[in-house]
Amino acid sequence: MTNLLMPSRRALLKGAGAGVLAGMLPATVGAQAAPIKVGFQLHRTGIGASYGRWYERTVTAALKKINAEGGIAGRPVEILFEDDATDPKRGAEVVDKLTQSDGCDVVMGTLFSHVVMGSAPRAGELKVPYLVCSEGYHVASGALNRWTLQPGITDVRSQISSMAPWVAANLGKKVTMFYPDYAFGYDHRDHFSKAIAAQGGEMVAMIAIPPTETSFTRYFAQIPADTEVLYHVMVGPAVLTFVKELGEFYGTGPKPQLFGFVDSLEAVDTATPGLEFLEGSHFWEAHPRVKPADAGEFEAGYREAVGVDDNGTSVSDAKDVATYSHMFSTWETLHFLKQAMEAAGYTGPADRQKLVEAMEAITDLPYGPERPQGAKVFNGKTHQVFGVQHISQIQSGKLVQVHTTSMEDGMYEDAVDYTTMAF
Amino acid sequence: MSFGPFLLLALMEGLVTAAVLALAASGLSLVFGVMRVVNVAHGEFYMLGAVIAWFVTTLVPGPAWAGFLVALAVAPVAVGALAAAADRLVLRRLDYDPEATIVATIGLLYMIQQAALSFYGPDARPVAAPFDWRLQLPWFGYSGYKLFVVLAAAVVLLALWLFMTRSKVGLVMRATQVDRDVAQAFGIDVDLVYMAVFGIGAALAAVAAVLIVPIQQAHYLMGHDPLLLSFIVVIIGGLGSLRGTVVAALVIGLSDGVISMFFSPTLAKILATLLVALVLVFRPQGLFGVRDR
Repeated sequence: MTNLLMPSRRALLKGAGAGVLAGMLPATVGAQAAPIKVGFQLHRTGIGASYGRWYERTVTAALKKINAEGGIAGRPVEILFEDDATDPKRGAEVVDKLTQSDGCDVVMGTLFSHVVMGSAPRAGELKVPYLVCSEGYHVASGALNRWTLQPGITDVRSQISSMAPWVAANLGKKVTMFYPDYAFGYDHRDHFSKAIAAQGGEMVAMIAIPPTETSFTRYFAQIPADTEVLYHVMVGPAVLTFVKELGEFYGTGPKPQLFGFVDSLEAVDTATPGLEFLEGSHFWEAHPRVKPADAGEFEAGYREAVGVDDNGTSVSDAKDVATYSHMFSTWETLHFLKQAMEAAGYTGPADRQKLVEAMEAITDLPYGPERPQGAKVFNGKTHQVFGVQHISQIQSGKLVQVHTTSMEDGMYEDAVDYTTMAF
Repeated sequence: MSFGPFLLLALMEGLVTAAVLALAASGLSLVFGVMRVVNVAHGEFYMLGAVIAWFVTTLVPGPAWAGFLVALAVAPVAVGALAAAADRLVLRRLDYDPEATIVATIGLLYMIQQAALSFYGPDARPVAAPFDWRLQLPWFGYSGYKLFVVLAAAVVLLALWLFMTRSKVGLVMRATQVDRDVAQAFGIDVDLVYMAVFGIGAALAAVAAVLIVPIQQAHYLMGHDPLLLSFIVVIIGGLGSLRGTVVAALVIGLSDGVISMFFSPTLAKILATLLVALVLVFRPQGLFGVRDR
């Protein structure tokens, strides 16, 4: 009779043999091609969920492409997604889990700036490269650390620097701003007011809205009567309510010119009933949702890979509108990671410092299938990438691209040199 | 905008808040009044009403008002049935012990919220208003539907008041509220009354949500704010007092509208919370509440 407490000699030998075999197995496989593990901090739930859904789809498409083309330095790549509930506290825990328990080589993908602010210090402590896709100016401002980089999307300061001259020249100089009451909104508040002043304009009111707000009419009464341009940038699940109530508030009466960041409409159908008043208003877009007539040669291939049609909605569900002006950043960030890992000769977590140095050495990022949004320049000192921006106008319920900035429009002097900081 | 229209807009916004709050809080108040159960899951019944409204309006073909009317009928019944089941399966087994029911309804809160996340998803989804009419005043435009919400809430509250004061079932409920044991001695099926009250309380939250969802959107986390505000209203008005609930909802709603427009929404919340603290210190039974006998 055998049982767990009194095993027979044969069972013991069998078990030992199996143990030895099992012990050898990963070593053999590992010698061939252990996958590179990329941890993805995903806003699957919480106020960033619609972004998270598209970030996951886009980076999964990029992963498929990279693996089909041989992976990174011949090694396959896998992505481990972990939900952070769009919550800063949970964000830091996710960075921890992905790095320490799951053994990821790098962590990437965070969009909401308050989550970035909550997570980046932990990435710095763990000494793991943390590639954010957030737009926040927090990377280039010097507020974060040597391990945090933003190589796939331009930051708010750069976007605003290139928008302000156009707004002042075409729409008006007295601006009232609506912005979310946290880090990302503060970037808009601080930099747009400076940028519009440089154009001879002024801010007549700046109205902060808490990120979890669900009702907005009460804020609209604070818009001064002499406002020429209403600048709005909202995020979260209530964006549709925000624009609808704005329409109700102005109704058929006179209204100022509207200029919005498309964040106020991401994942929202511009032809939704109640949004008719947006007709003729202008929006910043990083990557035009509706395919422009003069789109680059790699646009069609990218749309097909991520499953988005020429109107910017999912090919399988016309009601599922993409967060098109943000999601490309995950695609471009993964390709940037591939380029840097191959340049660094990255073999494992021991090479993380070499990897960051290789990223800092990258400058020119030409237009190509890796960068469907457009050519970019990476600034290794500020850890921030620069690129072109677009302005679109709503015409017949659709976003139509009417202006494209140059890369120089969005440049500004360096505020930090991360390369001089210790690892 | 000059002072007059500014105040008008503030009052209109406040009235909408008050109307929805009065509905949601009356459900909470009813449950506490009759059953002495603090229902922490009340906000999730509200959320569930909105989510069901989204499903119903998506499934019902035809004009927006048809789907809305079906939702207005289906959502409260479905949510009420779920709440009645929760009463039968959970609360009754705990013997309505005050501490145990708080913990149990916290559990219920998470179960409902996570179920909504699993089956409905993390997105905020819009529900079309039953009609599209805008009031264009000389100074600003205003959604006609929001005015309808105020009216509808008033009708529902009036119906609830008539039900509680004029109907036999209402009498039975009030009898149970005054003294459970004596009511039982007079042959009232107290268990059934409790089940019905818990169901009606949740259904009232669902009605409020169906009314509000065309203004906001259905989202799995939308139950937090109404729960907090309902508690504030119920504490100020006096737990178990319908009249107190309505008065407190008007006070909180209108002051929220006016203060958040003239000053800031955060200040409005601060003052509401301060008012709760003052009421608890100086008049713990609330404005219209009755001291325990």
